[in-house]
Amino acid sequence: MKRTFLAAILVAAAALPAAAQDKMQLRIGTEGAYPPFNSFDSDRNLVGFDIDIAKALCEEMNAECTFVTQDWDGIIPALRANKFDAIIASMSITPERDEIVDFTDKYYNTPPAIAVPKDSDLTEATAESLADIILGAQSSTTHANYAEAHFPDTELRRYGTPEEYKLDLASGRIDAAIDDVVVLSDWLDSEDGDCCKILTTLPIDPDINGPGVGIAVREGETELLEKFNAAIAAIRENGTYKAINDKYFDFDVYGD
Amino acid sequence: MSEFLPPILARYGDDLLDGFWITLQLVGLSIGFGIVLASLSTRARLSKRWWLRWLSAIYINLFRGTPLIAQLFLIYYGLGQFSGLWRTLNLWWFLRDPFNCAVLAFTLNTAAYQAEIFRGAVEAVPRGQWEGASALGLPRHIGFLKVIVPQAAIYALRPFGNEIILMVKGSAVASVVTVYDLLGETRLAFSDTFRFDVYFYAAALYLVLVETLRRVWNLLEARLTRHLDPASKQRMRRRKESVLEPVAS
Amino acid sequence: MDDSLLSLLRFGPQGWGDELLAGVRITLLLALATAPIGLVGGFLLALARRSQSARLRVPATIFTTVFKGLPELITLFIVYYGLSMLLSALLSLVSDVYVEVSSFLAGMIALGAVSASFASEVFLGAFAGIPKGQIEGAEALGLSRYARMRKVVLPQLLRLALPGLGNLWLVLLKDTALVSVIALPDLLRRTFVAVGATKEPFFFFFVAILIYFAMSLVSSVILGFLEARYSRGYAGR
Repeated sequence: MKRTFLAAILVAAAALPAAAQDKMQLRIGTEGAYPPFNSFDSDRNLVGFDIDIAKALCEEMNAECTFVTQDWDGIIPALRANKFDAIIASMSITPERDEIVDFTDKYYNTPPAIAVPKDSDLTEATAESLADIILGAQSSTTHANYAEAHFPDTELRRYGTPEEYKLDLASGRIDAAIDDVVVLSDWLDSEDGDCCKILTTLPIDPDINGPGVGIAVREGETELLEKFNAAIAAIRENGTYKAINDKYFDFDVYGD
Repeated sequence: MSEFLPPILARYGDDLLDGFWITLQLVGLSIGFGIVLASLSTRARLSKRWWLRWLSAIYINLFRGTPLIAQLFLIYYGLGQFSGLWRTLNLWWFLRDPFNCAVLAFTLNTAAYQAEIFRGAVEAVPRGQWEGASALGLPRHIGFLKVIVPQAAIYALRPFGNEIILMVKGSAVASVVTVYDLLGETRLAFSDTFRFDVYFYAAALYLVLVETLRRVWNLLEARLTRHLDPASKQRMRRRKESVLEPVAS
Repeated sequence: MDDSLLSLLRFGPQGWGDELLAGVRITLLLALATAPIGLVGGFLLALARRSQSARLRVPATIFTTVFKGLPELITLFIVYYGLSMLLSALLSLVSDVYVEVSSFLAGMIALGAVSASFASEVFLGAFAGIPKGQIEGAEALGLSRYARMRKVVLPQLLRLALPGLGNLWLVLLKDTALVSVIALPDLLRRTFVAVGATKEPFFFFFVAILIYFAMSLVSSVILGFLEARYSRGYAGR
């Protein structure tokens, strides 16, 4: 009792791994609320594409990895504050983020898409057709930025978690939601998602979506960055990436 | 002008002020509608019909005894679940909007607290005043309006001012259901920039609002009670607010 | 409410009963851990605000004004994000250790500061309610300053402050729900998880409200009993 209480109230502290150890120790930060990329299964285990890729990369780098979960809003500050050493959480490489953290090469790149209720009158997603509707997005995401840039006349509501916009899209409180096409499809294919459908996939905007999704490390950690890049290239080469890709998707998420 | 401001305020200052205006609207509307609902439920609470008294007591205690944020979730997500029904009843235009949901939740919440304040104030008026009114041959409801209510209003003044301040503070929870009030705009600015100082500017705005209200209220009270002697003013201030009462009372 | 809805509250892997109960435990734990901070902090603040020395009085008054006036939610964000950033910045000067303020600790600090500020008002009122003659009597008996406080002032102070402090406990219990916004797995946060999985928001938020109400009612009954007990010998006053 006493121990759990202390654990609950006391600050969490973890020492940085000593460089001299034979196996590199790495702490990987992720969100755990973004299926099918990273989420918890019913036994509270982390699962998903990001998690499997992370494990494969750690194996390739001969590193011992532990996962740390963190709310999306606070994930970059937590990396910078040394809560973990890398973010593997479907984070798009954007110029703003690139200013405060360093990114590896991309490890996947999928386009954004728009989901609407099944009985929606919308037939296309243009700035005009979406002008008078309410669009939901997760806050601090490239998808929220995409909506701001491409649909300037649309009312944008930002939610802390995808769960909240899903509830509001199901009730019809918002007319549409924007997120990664894979994330939306995964939700709509499940029992929960029978309210809604994909309206359309949107073209990738390199200025906003960047070159794709990468791994973030603290600025200046060049050695770690290069190890990750080498590992990404290696699993692309040796078939591990394809095996993980095929476990989750029936198309190639790496992009061109 | 803007070059004299800290960078975060130059970029987000207007948004914060927009949010501040939304906060004022949330509080003003909820307190206003709350007075109406609270008067009705005070009437029910003092009614001769037992079931009206019970209904009103259950409502008052339920809303005073549970967190505002949970009430807001019940109204926002809970009522949203039945959007089909509201569409048929032609009420969805109202419940669809997060601002309206927040005003509805805040009104129900503040009315419960206000009703308790009103009831306490009516009961604080000495019995002799009722008797005096009826001795003058005034019908009960006229006596209530002309004799009891003016005196009760003075007793209610201070706790009512506190309730407005509590509503200003409580209104910040609207930001969790996508209402862009002062705290909502602040959270947005923070998630865009990770600049923490934006919270301090928002905090300063809230403090200015609360302190202004408090001072204005003190002046108002001094003015409305200038006919009272110091001893009865003291008595009024000392009256403690009642603790949550069991429903059965 | 049909059977299928009620069955959602079953304990075990299919139902959400055990999850909600675990949330109740966190809610109560947070309130119980915070209450002593409010009580002791409020008493010390009241002493400081009554002090002759402006060096004690002014900071204590500013502290109370700020934490009574700020929305609890913004206090919570400032403590949660601000303290983490501050501690990390300070520690990064000396070592690479990462420090995070857990949501439980942030809740304790933020709600503790708020409760202490309101409790100081209650104590100030109670100090004013102790008749002057009591102190003079104690002085006449030749009691020391400390003995005066412990034997004469404190017992009466607690009796006078009890109703106000009881009220603050009820406020604190409700305010713990705000900490769910910074991811503390309390009753409200777990209710949200259940809502996400079942798509039954009305049912689950209603159940959560009834549970909060039950906690308030039980607290009121206990407080009423305490008040009656501590007012023995003051019948009719």
